[in-house]
Amino acid sequence: MRIRITPDRFSPEQILAEFLGAYREEAGACATFTGLCRGGAVRWLELEHYPVFTEGRIAAFARPIADTLLDLLIVHRVGRVAPGEAIVFVAALASHRAEAFAAVETLMDYLKTDAPFWKREMTDLGSTWIEPTALDIERRTRHEETNT
Amino acid sequence: MARILFFGRLRDIAGCAMMEYAACASLLELREALARENPMLGEALDDPSVRVAVDQAMVGREAPIDGAAEIAFMPPLSGG
Repeated sequence: MRIRITPDRFSPEQILAEFLGAYREEAGACATFTGLCRGGAVRWLELEHYPVFTEGRIAAFARPIADTLLDLLIVHRVGRVAPGEAIVFVAALASHRAEAFAAVETLMDYLKTDAPFWKREMTDLGSTWIEPTALDIERRTRHEETNT
Repeated sequence: MARILFFGRLRDIAGCAMMEYAACASLLELREALARENPMLGEALDDPSVRVAVDQAMVGREAPIDGAAEIAFMPPLSGG
């Protein structure tokens, strides 16, 4: 499992190519998710994190998910992100597709509500802090119920 | 002295990302001291959705902080 938090713009295609480049005999499926900064009224997003703590909290909820996989990669942007740029990229490598799909979905639900990032949206009207929606929290709670 | 960190909207309300503060025995005492200086910040920190980490470990809202070097106040998290 690898967790990378970066202030630099990244290319999901290039990261995926590198991830898949490490050949694993048992690998039969790779599911990915790319979260993008939406355009429209948004001029940019600004993400902040709590260095070391953020990586540690992500590792804590990602570890049990990674244990169901052959490999897991999480890349997350911080700093200013422009519309069209990737905010987050997740790749789950497994023997079969079911584990890969499930891992990506669960991980994203946790990232939305439990990863120490704070996100601000800048529009022509000013800036607003974005907080998880009721649906985000409900989706994440569902995994907790499944696990207990 | 302890380092107090504010993230997200709490940073805007506090007017800074970090401040040095005289050590307090408990989080409750620290919140009360901060509220006396900045009532808006006090109100924001009283919100139950605000989580707290002491020396990089999550703690309850009334945790003792005696001897802590770093206390972080975090509004709801929003990754992805």
